[in-house]
Amino acid sequence: MEMAASKTQKPQSVRRKFEPWADPAAEPLIRFENVVKRYGDVVAIDGVSLDIYEREFFALLGPSGCGKTTLMRMLAGFEEASEGKVVLAGSDLSGVPPYRRPVNMMFQSYALFPHMSVADNIAFGLKQERMPRDEIAARVDEMLKLVNLRGFEKRKPHQLSGGQRQRVALARSLAKRPKVLLLDEPMAALDKKLREQTQFELMDLQQRIGTTFIIVTHDQEEAMTVADRIAVMDHGKLIQVATPAEIYEQPNSRYVAEFVGDVNIIEAAVTRVTTSDTTLQADMLDAELRLTQRTDAKTGDRVAVALRPEKIRIAKEPLSEVHANCAQGVVYDIAYLGDLSIYHVHLDNGFVLKAAKTNLSRQIEPPIDWDDRVNLSWTPDAGVLLKS
Amino acid sequence: MAMRKGLSPVTVTALAGGLAFLYVPLFLLVIYSFNDSRLVTVWGGWSTRWYRGLLQNQALMDAAWVSLKVAAVAATLATALGTLAALALVRAGAFRGRTLFAGLVYAPLVMPEVITGLALLLLFVAIDFDRGFWTVALAHVTFTMCFVAVIVQSRLLTFDHSLEEAALDLGATPLRAFFSVTLPVILPAVAAGWLLAFTLSLDDLVIANFTAGPGNTTLPMRIYSQVRLGVTPEVNAISTVFIVVITAVVLSASLAMKWQQGKVEGRQ
Repeated sequence: MEMAASKTQKPQSVRRKFEPWADPAAEPLIRFENVVKRYGDVVAIDGVSLDIYEREFFALLGPSGCGKTTLMRMLAGFEEASEGKVVLAGSDLSGVPPYRRPVNMMFQSYALFPHMSVADNIAFGLKQERMPRDEIAARVDEMLKLVNLRGFEKRKPHQLSGGQRQRVALARSLAKRPKVLLLDEPMAALDKKLREQTQFELMDLQQRIGTTFIIVTHDQEEAMTVADRIAVMDHGKLIQVATPAEIYEQPNSRYVAEFVGDVNIIEAAVTRVTTSDTTLQADMLDAELRLTQRTDAKTGDRVAVALRPEKIRIAKEPLSEVHANCAQGVVYDIAYLGDLSIYHVHLDNGFVLKAAKTNLSRQIEPPIDWDDRVNLSWTPDAGVLLKS
Repeated sequence: MAMRKGLSPVTVTALAGGLAFLYVPLFLLVIYSFNDSRLVTVWGGWSTRWYRGLLQNQALMDAAWVSLKVAAVAATLATALGTLAALALVRAGAFRGRTLFAGLVYAPLVMPEVITGLALLLLFVAIDFDRGFWTVALAHVTFTMCFVAVIVQSRLLTFDHSLEEAALDLGATPLRAFFSVTLPVILPAVAAGWLLAFTLSLDDLVIANFTAGPGNTTLPMRIYSQVRLGVTPEVNAISTVFIVVITAVVLSASLAMKWQQGKVEGRQ
């Protein structure tokens, strides 16, 4: 929202080293303790324990119906936990109604009051706490400046574009200076270009005001872009809570590996385990598969290995020597994305591996074409052994 | 060339026939209210004497005043109750007995007026409630409330509930959230409900006949009793005034609904 302004200042890295979750002495701002939510027989939240720290930008990621919105609404006070408790800044939130919580929410539909002007929308929360008129005016002005909407204060919501409405909603939810800002799919209604731009603006804003942000999204790219940490959810459970890089590079389960980004899942049997690495025999590969990763699995156990397409080297030239972690096949599909191309390679034994290659040159003719015979290879640290 | 959608001779004829069927009687009544002749069926030239006569007819003026008071009081109470009923039906979800409650709210829509009137009369007699202004007003609340409930409910169904949640989230108590956000947004529907209740009350003859006491004769009752003594041009005049008032009220009700829709849809 402040693109122009940020150019005049010395460019600052948006995210500095920040990891309070790694510090055992750090007190979490928000704590979910064994939270369960039932609707009749349906379990929407199934025993969630989660700590979120001050100034953190936290993302709840998952498909629709995974419970991420319910978890957020518990924090806002629209849902009560059936079991367990939600603690904010040391105090238990059970029984505290939404209008007494130091938490504000930006709704997916924006929920702007249609009969009020932009300024009145932003001032609404301040009027509820009976702030003096001149202070309200000053705060509204500050908020309008924050989201770059000065000059729009008299407009009604229906006189604004989608992006402007989104910013009014943001300003309104920040006006009371909440301890935590909840964002429910805040960019779902924006088109792709505007969404990407808004993501960066949101990160920048969060850095500047230092409020704890919790965002609910089903868009993994959005979560990876904005968040310090991501909680991947499925069927009311937290599957993995980690930084975007950890989620992507060290998924703890097949579910996370497949939900975040593109991945090849290779089923294999463990043949040898040492203190530093694991050797496996995969059904789809003729050569053996070697990983520099320790595992609790024993020889003979069936496991799965996640291998990201961009970690696979694809080349027409034959390999200098046949070693572990390689495969040969024929290209049968190419997805050209501009910046990179995804090749679907039919291995000789019938399995398919996906490999990505950055398009470094401006050649229109693909360097690797349909029906080309190619060699695939990857390093021992490219794959991840998955627990389940 | 694109096919033009327009008026073909068939649709024009159908339209004219339908409109004539509906409005020729009313049109005749309006014309004859400006008849100079004392005889209703003989044209004696244009005149506004019957309208001037109206103002001197004290009984008719009293009845009009009673009707307006009853309609205003009944419409206001019916709007409050009808809005509450609509809120309960839309917001409370699937509570026990919801279907029964909905049925009970809407039953007066289809209940024959004679039965409603008779039932109310029996009730008032049974509890020894002297018939007068309040009995008519309450009776009118009973049968107009369901119309308000229908109108407000249809508006609430499209009302974005997150608006109210946003108000709560920003620190408004449920009561304040209702009065500062929900009510202003659904106000055009509530106003339309009030106007409809007002016209229905103004119109009613049957229920008023059962429930009105002496000295509280409403306008339709007065007109009806005058007609029994013969149709005079004066009755035509008062009826014309009635038509104008009710048309104006109904038009403003539908304009209120239109205006609300335009406001909500905006330029999306």
